[in-house]
Amino acid sequence: MIRFAHVFKSYPNGALALKDVSFAINKGEFVFLTGHSGAGKSTILKMLFAEQRPSSGDVRVANYAVQTMRGDDIPKLRRKLGIVFQDFRLLEDRSASENVAFALEVTGARRDTVPARVMRVLTQVGLAAKARAYPRELSGGEQQRVAIARALVNDPAILVADEPTGNLDERATRGVFQLLREINTSGTIVVMATHDLDLVRQTTYRTIEMREGAVVYDSAADEKPDELS
Amino acid sequence: MNLLFREALLSFRRTPLLSLLSITAIAFSLFTVGLFGLVALNLRQALRGVEERVEVVAFLLRGTAPETITLASQDIASFPEVADVKFVSEDQALVQARRELVEFKDAYRDLQVNPLPASLEIRLKEGFRDAAHVAQVADRVRGFPFVEDVRYGRDWISRLDQLRNMAGVVGLIIGAAFGLIAVVIIGVTIRLTILQRAREIAIMRVVGATNWFVRGPFLLEGALKGVLGGFMALALAFAAYTLFRGAGPLSTLVFFRPLDMVLLVVFGVLLGLLGSLLSVGRHLKEV
Repeated sequence: MIRFAHVFKSYPNGALALKDVSFAINKGEFVFLTGHSGAGKSTILKMLFAEQRPSSGDVRVANYAVQTMRGDDIPKLRRKLGIVFQDFRLLEDRSASENVAFALEVTGARRDTVPARVMRVLTQVGLAAKARAYPRELSGGEQQRVAIARALVNDPAILVADEPTGNLDERATRGVFQLLREINTSGTIVVMATHDLDLVRQTTYRTIEMREGAVVYDSAADEKPDELS
Repeated sequence: MNLLFREALLSFRRTPLLSLLSITAIAFSLFTVGLFGLVALNLRQALRGVEERVEVVAFLLRGTAPETITLASQDIASFPEVADVKFVSEDQALVQARRELVEFKDAYRDLQVNPLPASLEIRLKEGFRDAAHVAQVADRVRGFPFVEDVRYGRDWISRLDQLRNMAGVVGLIIGAAFGLIAVVIIGVTIRLTILQRAREIAIMRVVGATNWFVRGPFLLEGALKGVLGGFMALALAFAAYTLFRGAGPLSTLVFFRPLDMVLLVVFGVLLGLLGSLLSVGRHLKEV
């Protein structure tokens, strides 16, 4: 589903954001992407949804070759992904359900199917009762759940989460993380960038650690099959 | 589709003053083009009657054989520019002169010998009644050996042409200047809208909206402003037309045909789209 092969990314000023990054993520996996700020996590995530393209190497996501794909195909790729950010990125002047519906409207979903699909995902994230609430009336954890609902509403094959718990307190963090695990259980790939090492240690999920643009650790490459379940 | 219109109309609500400014700029641009268009149109209309009388007159040498004249007439009549050729004999010329030049009636009556030459009156087809074609025909006619002189209102015709062309050119220049201003103002308005909605646009892209979907509302916004500007220009032009028509001697003025009006509005839409496209293309990349 996702494959990076010898990926380099350099910027015009000469800075090297990624150095020879290779890994593959298969259907059903939950993967943590860890490392300090500037280690290259965000660059990898941005390549997943073709916001950035590699300078060299091969990036394949859901059968699209990111380095060579046409601009017209980028929206098609993104419709197969759900993307969640640290700062939620909700529209303040729309209610929770309208924020979720927005993702359907802009992709041209049939109007009569929208309300049912929106309620289904809001129920899935546990916010059916707050469908009419505006973002400012919701807690941070609830806002992130709306954002996750929005990411899920197009039935993505891959959920990309960039520090989804970075702005949340411990309790909300646990709730959002639990939700992501449930989503993964139903077969969706989850790629989650985080520097919350406590969260990483709680589970046996695969972890890819980045440092200065290179992969320094990939638990899938370790020979510890008993820890992978 | 619904969403598209909603988004496009939203910006009118968010920046009403700027939107009004864009529409007015388009309207003035089109109004100027339209006004000079009307002047040219009416000039042409007024000149049509006059133009029909545009003719080349070839005065013939006395004593030219009638057969020669008949042959030459047929020859000239077959020129592509020529509508018809009429032979006016010396006697007919005198009768005509007596009738038309009343002031000289007495002088003509007392004549012992007819001083007027016979002539060929050559009328040109529509579309050839401009200075260049008239001169061409005159030159060719002058080539016949029995033609003594050729007369045509050369200055008068070329001045007519100039006047008509000038009305067109002045209208286009001023109209283009206003058009440029309109494009710039629309561009600025759209830039503001894009900045205001940067967050929304970023989210649209992340969830997989196509570029045209993101651009759609802005283009529609520009096109709508063009339509409104076009109607405003038509209203202004009609007001000007009514005003001038009220002034006695101009009561025969004509207004645009429906097709012209549609063209004016379409031109407004193009201006609006151009302003949006330029701005969207440049600023959408920034968000």
